[in-house]
Amino acid sequence: MDTVVLARAFFGTSLAFHIIFATLGVGIPLLIVIAEILHQVKKDNDYAIMAKRWTKAFAVLLGVAIPSGTIVGVQLSLLWPGFMEIVGKVISLPFQVEIFAFFIEALFMSIYVYAADRLPKAFRILSVILVAFGAVASAILITAVNTWMNTPAGFQIASDGTIYDVHPWTAFFNPSFLSSAFHVAVTAYMTGGFAVASVAAYKLLKRKKRTAQEITYHKKGFLLALIVGLTFSLISSISGHHSAQVLHEHSPEKLAAAEGLFKSQRYAPLAIGGFTDPKTESVKYGIEIPWMLSWLAAGKFDTKVKGLYEFPRETWPPFYVHTLFNIMVGIGFFLLALAAFSLVWMYYTKRKKRGFPKWLLVVLIFSGPLSMLGIEFGWIFSCSGRQPWTIYKVQTTSEAATQSTNLGGLFLLFIGLYVLLGALTILILTSYFKRHPVYKEFEKYSGYEEKGSS
Amino acid sequence: MIVEVQAILIIWTFIFIYSIFGSIDFGSGFWALIYNDHRTLAGKMANRFLSPTWEITNVFLVLLVVAFVGFFPKGAFTLGTILLIPVSLILFFLAIRSAFMVFSYSVQGYRKLMFLISGVSGLLIPALLITVLPISQGGFIELVDGKETLLLGKLLASPSLYLYILFGLTSELFLSSLFLGDYSYASKQEGAYRLYRGNALLLGPSTLLAAVLTLLVSQQEASWLIKHLYEQKLWFSLSLASFIIGYVALLLPRKKNTVRGFPRLALLAVIAQYGFASYGYGMAHLPYIVYPRLTIFDAFTATETFYSLLIMYGIGLAILTPGFYIFWRLFLKDRRYLQQD
Ligand code: HDD
Ligand code: HEM
Ligand code: HEM
Repeated sequence: MDTVVLARAFFGTSLAFHIIFATLGVGIPLLIVIAEILHQVKKDNDYAIMAKRWTKAFAVLLGVAIPSGTIVGVQLSLLWPGFMEIVGKVISLPFQVEIFAFFIEALFMSIYVYAADRLPKAFRILSVILVAFGAVASAILITAVNTWMNTPAGFQIASDGTIYDVHPWTAFFNPSFLSSAFHVAVTAYMTGGFAVASVAAYKLLKRKKRTAQEITYHKKGFLLALIVGLTFSLISSISGHHSAQVLHEHSPEKLAAAEGLFKSQRYAPLAIGGFTDPKTESVKYGIEIPWMLSWLAAGKFDTKVKGLYEFPRETWPPFYVHTLFNIMVGIGFFLLALAAFSLVWMYYTKRKKRGFPKWLLVVLIFSGPLSMLGIEFGWIFSCSGRQPWTIYKVQTTSEAATQSTNLGGLFLLFIGLYVLLGALTILILTSYFKRHPVYKEFEKYSGYEEKGSS
Repeated sequence: MIVEVQAILIIWTFIFIYSIFGSIDFGSGFWALIYNDHRTLAGKMANRFLSPTWEITNVFLVLLVVAFVGFFPKGAFTLGTILLIPVSLILFFLAIRSAFMVFSYSVQGYRKLMFLISGVSGLLIPALLITVLPISQGGFIELVDGKETLLLGKLLASPSLYLYILFGLTSELFLSSLFLGDYSYASKQEGAYRLYRGNALLLGPSTLLAAVLTLLVSQQEASWLIKHLYEQKLWFSLSLASFIIGYVALLLPRKKNTVRGFPRLALLAVIAQYGFASYGYGMAHLPYIVYPRLTIFDAFTATETFYSLLIMYGIGLAILTPGFYIFWRLFLKDRRYLQQD
């Protein structure tokens, strides 16, 4: 492999690893905040136990999110020095502000975890709210850099590469910032919700081994997670639609590649599924919905949507982004439907006093991993769909890349690291929760009045 | 003052802060390993400090990198290119260390192994970090096919590399012993205090010796730097004076107590010692970031960016100060946390 391809693979792998922990690091704190508040409102100790256990899991995940984030942050300079040179001049502001978000999250996380017993209740809740705030702020700020790469703004570049006329805030609030940052935040919340729903579904599936009190506990967590999942998957699909409209306006070749559209046209059809065939230059085995793409892109059926033929071939994104895009959208609608269906069913069974079907629990176990896949495919789509550019129409990926040639060994070393850390995280989490089962927590709280209802 | 100098001053300040916090953090990991089963609570003290603070220290490292990229983008280009291997190794060990430290609080079975890994990496990381100094002094970078390349073989064969590492490690252990001594004292752990005080008394002179040896050996490889260092006599004298104050503070008898020394004063004086020395070293290094290829003037960012970053630092500092204050109250001052056992 040549250096550029290797650098892309290396960096993509590091980010794909970081994003798992980072997304959960944004999503889980929201659930902790909700549980803490429910505990105060309902005076139900189950929610306090939930908050405590989720915090434990969150702390372990953060133990990987932080070093893996440090890795990608520094690797940007190591693997893309040409890119970082421009970033430093134009868009270092969000990186800078992000540090403050990290500080807020790290400070209050330590306070929430190690000093909870010495704090008044209100301050404890404030700390966890600040943790959640710090996490989502880091996500939004780093997204500012990514959106600036997609829709660069706030500077001029001379033909010799000199940067002038820099406006850091214009760069920050580039055209796709608001829509993407919102999409990133809500999909992270959605993923947090489904991740918890997965675990709760698993616990409920093995209900034979559990006491009535445990089942009640898991049901509460399950319901809470599903409601969060449903709410945010609904918002995600709306905000994703908005992101697509921004693509139509600012990165038309990305949208064309996402849809496998070659000829520019009014009344453009939406192609769902299938794959883009490079030989015939069309989408094969897909379902076409006439007029739909034009309508989605700008709200009118006669909107002209640009096809790939409008652009020079050297700047076409890879064709596989059509598949990536479809999987992301497919996962979004599937999970939306699944959460809605499950909640309706729960409501229904509660009235009829019938059990929740096992097969649905089995399907729900997959909701968390699926949501995470949506995040992964979404990012790979966003980054690969920008190819061959690293900064759209300003810098190509090969100009951005490092010139060092000995990446192969380091790449292998880091793959090993990610496998090790991933495996250890699973091991640590399962062994911790095996040794600290919920019923032990009930015993600790049994001095208090039980007010939970099933 | 010209903007480039303002910018490098801010970077130095961050480097200085990180080198103090980092030394204490990595050193504590090491002492936690060494005193794991010690009859005093020395190991426990190190851990009690480490648990809530390592994340914050890590953010300082990220802050340093981000600030450097923002202020000196061309510097990020050069250093990013030549430091690929050493910095990747740092990242590798850093990831292992952070993860294992967090894991070790959650599992009982593998605690020993986890301590071993986080303790050993607590020596490896600073050793790798300090290699940036000899590299930036020049002599180890060459243009190969038009690309700036690090001469790894030459670097590894150079004695000054190892003396820098020696200096870095003794400093790390000296600072962390002093800090943990003070921390144990505040926690009323006399046994642990004695232990760390003894370490500090031994390590202090060792750091001086290592520093002198490093300078002597660098004389051949980086004579330009040594020449400039002589011009900064004032700062180095102040530094030496602070060291003496700190060292004496450790030796002085106390009226009522059975133990000797004023650990808080000693710690502050030694931090001042490193502050003065860093300033002197930094001044001597000017205007080069990497000698002789890159100066702060070539590397500087767009001025608009510089000013907006500066404003953000002000705002960020104002927002964060109360947070740091609460944190300090809770973990470094609160008796209930310090005197748990
Ligand atoms: C759970 C994950 C998830 C789900 C269900 C969806 N997305 Fe998404 N999407 C992401 C996770 C994501 C992401 C990982 O967060 C991305 C990557 C880059 C970004 O800004 O957000 C993204 C990017 C992204 C982009 C590209 C933005 C760009 O490259 O500039 C578009 C057009 C959409 N999404 C559209 C949608 C639509 C129409 C969805 C319909 C349901 C949808 N997404 C569901
Ligand atoms: C949208 C994708 C991303 C999200 C949602 C995200 C989110 C997060 C979160 C929640 C953390 C933990 C914060 C803390 O407690 O300190 C984190 C850590 C970190 N992330 Fe990411 N991140 C993303 C992508 C990136 C990228 C591309 C970079 C590289 C520039 C990066 C750099 C970092 C760094 C340096 C840290 C460690 C900070 C520390 O030392 O505490 N992140 N990220
Ligand atoms: C907001 C955060 C992100 C930033 C700032 C960012 C930035 C970059 C940069 C600088 C490159 C290299 C140059 C290029 O190929 O254009 C890149 C490539 C890449 N990134 Fe991202 N990225 C982000 C998030 C992510 C995430 C979360 C993932 C993975 C899930 C990801 C996957 C990839 C992949 C796979 C590539 C290689 C692209 C290719 O070769 O086709 N990115 N990104």
